[in-house]
Amino acid sequence: MCGIVGLFGKSAGIEERLGVHLAAMLAQMNDRGPDSAGVAVYRDPAPAGSSKLTLYSADPQEDWASVAAQLGEAFAGAPEPDVRASHAVLVVDADAAAAEAWVRANRPDLRVMSAGSVIEIYKETGLPRDFAEEFRLTDLRGTHALGHTRMATESRVTTEGSHPFSTGLDLCLVHNGSLSNHNRLRRSLRREGIEFQTENDTEVAAGYLAWQMREGATLEQALEGCLEDLDGFYTFAVGTAEGFAVLRDPIACKPAVLAETDDWVAMGSEWRAIAALPGSAEARMWEPEPGVVYVWEREKVAA
Amino acid sequence: MAIATREQQAAVELVDLEKTPLRELNRRLHELARAPGPEAWRIVNPSGAHAVACGLDADVEIEIDGHVGYYCAGMNKRATVRIHGNASTGLAENMMSGRVVVDGNVSQSAGATGHGGLLVVRGDASARCGISMKGIDIVVGGSVGHMSAFMAQTGCLVVCGDAGEALGDSIYEARLYVRGSVASLGADCVEKELRDEHRAQLGALLDAAGIDADPGRFRRYGSARQLYNFHIDHAGSY
Repeated sequence: MCGIVGLFGKSAGIEERLGVHLAAMLAQMNDRGPDSAGVAVYRDPAPAGSSKLTLYSADPQEDWASVAAQLGEAFAGAPEPDVRASHAVLVVDADAAAAEAWVRANRPDLRVMSAGSVIEIYKETGLPRDFAEEFRLTDLRGTHALGHTRMATESRVTTEGSHPFSTGLDLCLVHNGSLSNHNRLRRSLRREGIEFQTENDTEVAAGYLAWQMREGATLEQALEGCLEDLDGFYTFAVGTAEGFAVLRDPIACKPAVLAETDDWVAMGSEWRAIAALPGSAEARMWEPEPGVVYVWEREKVAA
Repeated sequence: MAIATREQQAAVELVDLEKTPLRELNRRLHELARAPGPEAWRIVNPSGAHAVACGLDADVEIEIDGHVGYYCAGMNKRATVRIHGNASTGLAENMMSGRVVVDGNVSQSAGATGHGGLLVVRGDASARCGISMKGIDIVVGGSVGHMSAFMAQTGCLVVCGDAGEALGDSIYEARLYVRGSVASLGADCVEKELRDEHRAQLGALLDAAGIDADPGRFRRYGSARQLYNFHIDHAGSY
């Protein structure tokens, strides 16, 4: 199984309470994915010239102030860590790729969950309801967010194996389904220089998208490539700095519902996740067609 | 929809799923199979809950205001269930008799394995509508998705809009009537002549569903009966 939710705000009211809505949607998907949960929230853009990292430490006593000080020494400025449970968000006075490379080289014990200017990824094992509380999701304001609840099938239940998976700067992927050609594809992508940290099938899909876009594909083109190159079942939701995209496999094995009002666009594995939103009873609701890429982005909504 | 008199309205049993647990509602509905109770029910605030009004076996009328989750009205016997909203996967799955009517759209596998009764979808149905149907009649006002009527054994699937890929794949003796386009026919499904007897059957089904459409504008599809027994020349089709 697994549950997916996505919420894209079209009004200030939704953005103000994004975390509250996200937590309510995730709670409805609790039973679909009791193994682990995670969210990607797009919020608080880092100032120009700097970037934002979400870091994870397996050590509950992690001294985040010292990590921040080390990053401050390596680059200019003195980042203030924003700590949520096992994760911390740091704004670094450097571009995201350089900051991420520094962490990998100097603090290999830490895991970079996300890098970019607006994305923050939080994910952890355990019940989604507990996760929402532990990570204080209801505090979070932002423009849009994706969430995932996992019932593991292909690989171990770990923090690293939880969704969302980062697919590049400000990009992430959540997945309901299972891929059957991930081992072969992982080998091919490794030869292309894409790094993998787990044996998880979704990480391969994330790596595939990262590789496609590195080679010049747009998000839509990269997703369309999935229809050719991925074997298995999937409903994907991809988060970008500007919005999110949805794709189901050509035989639509895994569920998905989309809905839209004047205030929001939402995606859920089931309607009950979307029913948690204000005004849902009046929403326009439909089931995404198999093999069709749907994209919502800020400019497109404005246009 | 007829407007109920004040007396009839008074007799309607109202259940608000924001206040009443789903299990309590279904337990009360199941009791109707053993002991008489309210004959008209109105269920509000379903909020996408699964298995609403599942397993009924009584001559009752159930109105549901809002969208329902998986398996609504599954295994239905005798009851009439009307959904004023959309329904998710497995609506009226394995229905035995009675009637299920949805105003909106329905998700995958509507009417799957149904043995009898009538399922009416006023909007669209997605993939696998009527999969393995065994005698149920399904009338869809809009279109159906891919693999509809897969391994359909008997009963009728009427589609006023279009049908997706692989309609009627590996079909047995069910009758498929489609007014719009068919993206592709599945293995062993072929177009057949629409004769008077079919027009009469189709007209009766459309009347029963309350859908105004000319039976003469439909095309009929059914089994070529080439896959009933193994034949080496058809090995690629199994």
